[in-house]
Amino acid sequence: MSTSSGINADLGLKLKRFVTPDHPEVNYAQAEKGIKAWLTTVDHKKIGLMYLGAIAFFFFIGGLLALLLRAELWTPAKTFLDADAYNQVFTLHGAIMIFLVLVPSVPAALGNFFLPIMVGAKDVAFPRLNLLSFYIYLAGATFSLYSIVTGAVDTGWTFYTPYSATTGTSVVSMTLGVFILGFSSILTGLNFIVTLHKLRVPGLTWGKLPLFCWSLYATSVIQILATPVLAITLMLLVMERTLKIGIFDPALGGDPVLYQHFFWFYSHPAVYIMILPGFGIISEIIAIFSKRRIFGYWFIALSSMAIALIGFLVWGHHMFVSGQSTLSSIVFSLITFFVGIPTGIKIFNWVATMYKGSISMRTPMWYAMIFLFLFTIGGFTGVTLGTLSVDVHLHDTYYVVAHFHYVMMGGMLIAFLGGLHLWWPKMTGRMYNERWANIAAFLIFTGFNMTFFTQFILGAKGMPRRYYNYIDQFQSLHQFSTVGTWVLALGFTIILIYLLQSLGKKGVIASKNPWNGRSLEWLTTTPPVLENFTYTPVVIHGPYDFHKPIAEFEYGIESHGHGHHDASVHHSNEESVNA
Amino acid sequence: MSHNSSAVQSHVAHHFVDSEQQFDAAKFGMWIFLVTEILFFGGLFAAYIIYRAWYPDLYTMASTQLDTTMGAINTGVLIFSSLTMALSIWAAQHNDKKKTGIFLLVTIACAFAFMVIKYFEYTHKFHLGIFPGEAYTFTGIDHPKAHIFFSIYYMMTGLHGIHVIIGIGLIFWLWMKNNKGSFNSAYYTPIEIVGLYWHLVDIIWIFLFPLLYLID
Ligand code: HEM
Ligand SMILES: [Cu+2]
Repeated sequence: MSTSSGINADLGLKLKRFVTPDHPEVNYAQAEKGIKAWLTTVDHKKIGLMYLGAIAFFFFIGGLLALLLRAELWTPAKTFLDADAYNQVFTLHGAIMIFLVLVPSVPAALGNFFLPIMVGAKDVAFPRLNLLSFYIYLAGATFSLYSIVTGAVDTGWTFYTPYSATTGTSVVSMTLGVFILGFSSILTGLNFIVTLHKLRVPGLTWGKLPLFCWSLYATSVIQILATPVLAITLMLLVMERTLKIGIFDPALGGDPVLYQHFFWFYSHPAVYIMILPGFGIISEIIAIFSKRRIFGYWFIALSSMAIALIGFLVWGHHMFVSGQSTLSSIVFSLITFFVGIPTGIKIFNWVATMYKGSISMRTPMWYAMIFLFLFTIGGFTGVTLGTLSVDVHLHDTYYVVAHFHYVMMGGMLIAFLGGLHLWWPKMTGRMYNERWANIAAFLIFTGFNMTFFTQFILGAKGMPRRYYNYIDQFQSLHQFSTVGTWVLALGFTIILIYLLQSLGKKGVIASKNPWNGRSLEWLTTTPPVLENFTYTPVVIHGPYDFHKPIAEFEYGIESHGHGHHDASVHHSNEESVNA
Repeated sequence: MSHNSSAVQSHVAHHFVDSEQQFDAAKFGMWIFLVTEILFFGGLFAAYIIYRAWYPDLYTMASTQLDTTMGAINTGVLIFSSLTMALSIWAAQHNDKKKTGIFLLVTIACAFAFMVIKYFEYTHKFHLGIFPGEAYTFTGIDHPKAHIFFSIYYMMTGLHGIHVIIGIGLIFWLWMKNNKGSFNSAYYTPIEIVGLYWHLVDIIWIFLFPLLYLID
C-alpha cells in the first residue's frame, strides 16, 4: 500500500502500472513505410522530423551565406563581392536565418515531435492542419528562394520603406514568401494552444505541465497575436510596390516611419518567438541534469507569459533615431527595461536549480551552460541598447549585430542544439558519440565568441552594420571575427557527421530513458510507437519530481479505452493501483 | 459523463477521446483563428486611424464619394445572412436536413447580393477615375492625399470582399455535405465553426460601414 498513497490523486480512475519495454516491436517510423507515407503523414512526429530536415537544410544555406559575408570582410576594400552583391547576401542570410530557421526551429521541429507526447496525447489537435502548415512552409520557402534567382533582395531582412518600395530587386517574391511563412507559423501556434488546452491526459494539470510546454504556449500566443500584423504589413508593402498605394512611400504622400512601427510591432514580439522555446528547453535540461526539482516553477512558467505580453509594448526601441517623438522614445526605453526583469528571473531560477543538485555534465548540459553564459551577455547588451542615450551612439553599428547574435545564436540556436542532443535518442533510438559531441560544443562556444565578441568592440568603436568596406584600423578585429566563423563551421560539420553516423549500422542503441527523466516522453518506448503510448497515461507527480520513484510515474488508465482530462468517474480501486 | 469507447462515433477522429472533446477543440481552434483575423484587419484599422488623425478633413471630404445607400443595403444584407446562418445551425441541431439546406442557400444568396452591390460600387468609382494609388485620376476632391483615403478604402473593403468570397465557398461546401446527410443533432461542428467565421465577416463590415461611409 505504500506506493498507493496519493496515487489515486482524486481522479477517481482505475489505474494500473504500465511498464513499457525499451524498444517497441514497431515504432512510428516503421508503422507506415515509403516516401509517400512520409509526405502524406499526419503523424506529428514525422512532420516534426520533416521540419527538422528542412530547417537543417536552410541553416546550411544561411550558414554558407554568412561565411561569404565574413570572407568579404577580410580586407577593408572590396575582397571579392561588390557592394550590391554584399547587400543581397546579407539580406538573404538574415531573412533565411530568421524566417526559415529560427522562427520555426524549436516549435515546428522539436515542439511538434514532443509537445503531444509530453501531454500524453496521440497527436496534435488538428493533425491535417499540421501537415498543411509544413507544406505552407515549403511554399513560402520556395517563394523566398525564387527571389534569389530573380535578382535577389537588397533591403535587409527588415524591408524598410521607402527603399524597399523602389529598389529594383525582387522584393515582392521575398515578402510574399515571408507572408506565406507567417501562415505556417500561425497554424502551428493555433494547433499547440488547442492541444495544450484540450488534449492533456488525466492528472496533467497546468501545474504539472513540463516547462517546455509552457514556453511553447507563450510562443504560440505571440505567433497568434503578432504574425497577422506582419502579414498585413507585408501585404501593404506588396501593394505599395504593385499599385503604388502611397501609404508608406513618402514620394506618394505616405509615411515610411509608419512602416517601421508596423514592422517592429511584429518583429519585436517575434524575437521572443525566437527565444521563449529556447528557455523551455533549457528548463528541461537543467532540471534533468541536476536531478532537482526546478526552482520556482510558476515563476518560470508565468514569466514566459509576462514576456509574451510586455514584449508587445517595446517595439519603439528599434526606432529611437527614426524620428519618433522624444516622449515615445523615453516611454519605450523605460518599458524595455521592464522586459528584462522576467528574463532575469529565469536566469536566477536556473542557477538556483543547479545549486546543490547532482549535476552531470553531459552534452545537453554543456549546451545549457553555454546558453546561460551567452544569453546573459546578449540580454545585458540588450538593456544597454534600450538605454536611449547609449543607443543613439550604438544604433546601426556592429554592437547591435553582436547583441542579436548573442541572443539569437548564443541563445536560441544553442538551446536548439541542447534540445536536439537531449531528445536525439528518443527521436531516433540512437545515441550519439559523447566525446565528439563535447568537442563540437567546445568549438562552437569558442568560434562563436571569437566571431561575435569582437563585434561588440567593433561596434563600440563605430563600425556601422551592413557595410562591405571599412577603415583600415578595423582590419585585425574583422579578420579575427572571420576566423571565428571557420571554427564555428568546423563545429557544425562535426555535429552533422556524428549525428548521421549514429543512425548508421554502428550506431549505439539508446534505452528508453537514458537521462532518467520524469516527463511523459521518457516513459514511452524509444523510438515511440505510432500513437505515442500503448495506454492512456495518467499523471500523478510533477515532471521534475526526481525524488519520487519512477514506478509512480508509470500509471495509466486500466480499462482499454481513453481518459478525458476532466474525467469524473467516481470510483477508485486500490488493488489495481498496486497491481 | 461516461467515456465508453463503444459510444465513439465514426466522425470522431482517432486522436480524440470522444465527440465532445473533438467539438470543443474545433470550436476553440476557430476562436483562435478569428483572433488572428481580427489582428489581420487590425493592421488596416490602425492605418485608417493614423491617417484619419493626421488628415481629418480628408476623411470628411472623401467619404462623400461613397454611396451611403448602397452601403446601408449591404449592411442589412449581411446582418440578415448572419441570421440565416444561425438558423441553419438551429435546423441542424433539430435534425432538419431540408431546412438546414434552405438556410444555407439563403446565406449564400445574400453573400452574392453583397458582392454584386459591391461590384456596382467599385465600377462606378473606377468610372470616375477613383482608383487605388497611382492610377487615381479623380479631381473632384480638393486634397493632396485624396488617393490615400481610397487606397485604404480599397484595401479594407477588398480584403473584406475576399473573405466574403471564401465564405461563399465554405458555405457551399456545407451545403453539399448537408445534402449527403452528414449533419445531425449529434454532429454539426462544421456548420458551427463556419458560422463563427461568417459572423466575424459580418461584424467587420459593421465596423467598416460607419468608419468609411458615415463620416461627418
Ligand atoms: C533582455 C532582453 C532584450 C532587450 C532589452 C533587447 C533590446 C534591444 C534593443 C534596444 C535593440 C535595438 C538596437 C538598435 O537597433 O539600436 C535590439 C535589437 C535587436 N534585438 Fe534585442 N533585446 C533583448 C532581447 C533580444 C532577444 C531575446 C532577441 C532574439 C532572440 C533579440 C533580437 C534582436 C534583434 C534581431 C535586433 C536587431 C534588429 C535589427 O535592427 O535588425 N533581442 N534589442
Ligand atoms: Cu526589440
